[in-house]
Amino acid sequence: MASHEHGNDHAHDHDHEHHVENFWTKYIFSMDHKMIGKQFLITGMFMGVVGVFMSMLFRLQLAWPDEKFAILQTFLGKWAPEGQMDPNMYLALVTIHGTIMVFFVLTAGLSGTFSNLLIPLQIGARDMASGFLNMLSYWFFAASSVIMLVSLFVETGPASGGWTVYPPLSALPQAMPGSGTGMTLWLVSMTLFIAGSLLGSLNYIVTIINLRTKGMAMTRLPLTIWAFLVTAILGVLSFPVLLSAALLLMFDRLLGTSFYLSDIMVAGELLHNEGGSPVLYEHLFWFLGHPEVYIILLPALGITSEVIATNSRKPIFGYRAMIGSILAIAFLSFIVWGHHMFITGMNPFLGSVFTFTTLLIAIPSAVKAFNYITTLWKGNIQFTPAMLFSIGLVSTFVAGGLTGIILGDSALDINVHDTYFVVAHFHIVMGLSAIFGMFAGVYHWFPKMYRRMMHKGLGYVHFWITFISAYGVFFPMHFTGLAGLPRRYYSNAEFPIFDEIQDINVIITMFAILGGLAQLIFFFNFFYSMWRGPKAPQNPWRSNTLEWTTPVEHMHGNWPGEIPEVHRWPYDYSKPGHEEDFVPQSTPLKDGEVGH
Amino acid sequence: MTGLLMVIVLALAVFAAAQIMRIYELSAKVSQVREYEVTDKDNSNQGRMMLVFGIGLVVAFFWMVATWGEIMLPKPSSMHGVEIDRLWDISMGMIIFMFVVVQLVTFYFAFKYRGRKDGKATFYEHNDRLEFIWTIVPAIVLAVLIIYGLTTWSNVMNPENEEEPMVVELYAQQFKWTARYSGDDNTLGFANVRLIGGANIVGVDTLHVNSADDFLATEIHLPVGRPVLFKFRAQDVIHSAYMPHFRAQMNCVPGMETHFQFTPTITTAEIRQDADVQGKVARINAIRQAKGLELYEYDYLLLCNKICGSAHYNMQMNIVVETQAEYDAWAKEQKTIAETL
Repeated sequence: MASHEHGNDHAHDHDHEHHVENFWTKYIFSMDHKMIGKQFLITGMFMGVVGVFMSMLFRLQLAWPDEKFAILQTFLGKWAPEGQMDPNMYLALVTIHGTIMVFFVLTAGLSGTFSNLLIPLQIGARDMASGFLNMLSYWFFAASSVIMLVSLFVETGPASGGWTVYPPLSALPQAMPGSGTGMTLWLVSMTLFIAGSLLGSLNYIVTIINLRTKGMAMTRLPLTIWAFLVTAILGVLSFPVLLSAALLLMFDRLLGTSFYLSDIMVAGELLHNEGGSPVLYEHLFWFLGHPEVYIILLPALGITSEVIATNSRKPIFGYRAMIGSILAIAFLSFIVWGHHMFITGMNPFLGSVFTFTTLLIAIPSAVKAFNYITTLWKGNIQFTPAMLFSIGLVSTFVAGGLTGIILGDSALDINVHDTYFVVAHFHIVMGLSAIFGMFAGVYHWFPKMYRRMMHKGLGYVHFWITFISAYGVFFPMHFTGLAGLPRRYYSNAEFPIFDEIQDINVIITMFAILGGLAQLIFFFNFFYSMWRGPKAPQNPWRSNTLEWTTPVEHMHGNWPGEIPEVHRWPYDYSKPGHEEDFVPQSTPLKDGEVGH
Repeated sequence: MTGLLMVIVLALAVFAAAQIMRIYELSAKVSQVREYEVTDKDNSNQGRMMLVFGIGLVVAFFWMVATWGEIMLPKPSSMHGVEIDRLWDISMGMIIFMFVVVQLVTFYFAFKYRGRKDGKATFYEHNDRLEFIWTIVPAIVLAVLIIYGLTTWSNVMNPENEEEPMVVELYAQQFKWTARYSGDDNTLGFANVRLIGGANIVGVDTLHVNSADDFLATEIHLPVGRPVLFKFRAQDVIHSAYMPHFRAQMNCVPGMETHFQFTPTITTAEIRQDADVQGKVARINAIRQAKGLELYEYDYLLLCNKICGSAHYNMQMNIVVETQAEYDAWAKEQKTIAETL
């Protein structure tokens, strides 16, 4: 294939036509949003492999705490002498698993990929507002990924204080080995990550506000774009707070300040620190931490809206209500962070306020779920792999969201806080929903990214094994949580009362291994199709949005000629009076036809 | 060597898969089938799978409840615990109902409206009344839950007692708990981490007027029916005092004092006679016997529930609830801190 085709068949001129590209500018230091999206995807997928693999290692430990596994020694070396995992390594694995999955896979991998790929294509722009900032955002992310991976290899091990890295545990190297160099690298990595995320988010916001094509009113934006816009705003408003939390923590660790430390004696050593409070850190952390849940979830919901509408061959039900609920969720997400802190010693009155605001989120969430389901109603559902994952998302979003009503209720949270009930809740509602959204996005827009089609049959197999094992892993955790089992326990063997849940732990681990291995099918399908899949037609899913009006072959500037003008909303599927069951946004309204 | 073999096997597997795909690809090319296009057969198969999964999910859920219901915590042994469990049952009942209905409807719709080549979807953009209903109904249900939840929370966190609560300090450090009883004056003497030294492991100011009768214990003893006010301190990192049988939990935070109050209602001796608990103990002991482990006797527990370091998984203390007379006898035997120094 020619290294570079600018759509020379077309005798149009536009700004980007004339620069010469080599390998470095095309694949590595690319400023093209499509390539940057793919860079985010591939990096995110790689981090995903690392994160999921870690979870399989610690699931082995949880299911068979007394057994020795050669594989543990192979991968963990001195941290698993003779195949028996060290407790510190267990904590390190859960910490880095959480960090990688939350930030590197589901924030950067999901939002980074699809915001970059879809924003210019779906709003009708030649590229992002600033290609350079966009490139920089990826490279900050790449550097932070490298540092996070490097931290796995330091002598005292990676950060091990849980992904929330609460001080003083994370601030004091005396408290655990993982709070040494590993923790410093964690903070450095997150600092870069946040910088990258902010650059990306600013770019997304500016692009969506300023670069929409003619006719693309805000009320004609696909819901994906609405989701990316609101996600970016959430990121810009909340990530700096995490940055400040991380910087203060770094000061406490390296410069002897006392922001989070007071009256501490650790490992027999009395520290001089006085006056700080770990609860301050918790407030700062969760001020990001809760919006972060929606930073992860909203893009997945946006992707699902698009995929469900396209494949039901119906308009998304209640388009305006969907936008309204995205905005309501986003607004509320800033005033609920305290529900992570009901039992930290925070004033109980604050607990009441946060219970109130938290349970309110259930209303827009319910609206979203019901609207998805009504979109399926009387549809002509085409079960592409993307559609399967989207329906899977609706299922997990409901299943996990409902237990949020329990956990958001301060009185009920007392007894299940930090137990496996919480682990079940957030993995289902946030982890599974978001990863299903990501899979849906990859299956749906693969032809746009790689100009080829993925294999549908393999997609089906991948979905069903993943879906069944996902529920198999996380559903039983509700029950171990209700038995009182705290999370982050290296082994339950010290508590005879937990002996009877060991069988459940074994079942969970089996499903985890099955689900983990099923991802090999996806990877095979992905890379195989990238090179050998059948050539994609221009609009394989017969979709309305603008990205399918671009040529299959990528080019700078996206459209060879004029950017198409938009005349209608993106959800005119099966509209009466039209021959086809889809009407692209660029099609002018017929005489007498009413817009949405 | 095994590693190398595994790599070779893996490489061969990938190669074989690639070859199979290749054959598949060529045959598809010959028969002019575009694999990625969703056929009626696909829709029909996947639609059925969706329905089967939906029903399977609900059935599996009830199977789990039936099979694993017994592993859950036994009935609460504290006054407020009963209230929490009532709120729990109501909330849980509602979400289980929603879970079952919404899952079944979702998967049923997926099945019912599976696509056909000649099928046509209904153009249905919005219905303000319908959307109004499913905004307002959840809002009402949640309003009820919020009001009920807040009332419960306020009762739990600000209990009104006829009796003055007994003050006990729980002191957390890596990786053990120490209880400090306030003694006859029911007031804890001043303590700070800077005063730790020798046998004075919780840093009590021995000169402080209220500290003279304070005593330490490695097991929590509580008289039944008397409110107890736990005050929590931590020496090094955040810990969390989790007493699941009493539906009680509070973080222990270095540099600040936190507290939680409850009234135990069932003595350890009584709960051991409870049918659920006896069943639980019998099941656990069957497992332990098979493994040749020491037999288990049921006890109330204090666990650490906030990640605190390598031995976080084994930071525990027994709680004994007993009659006032038994408690008094036990308390009398304890040596005050002043005596041990």
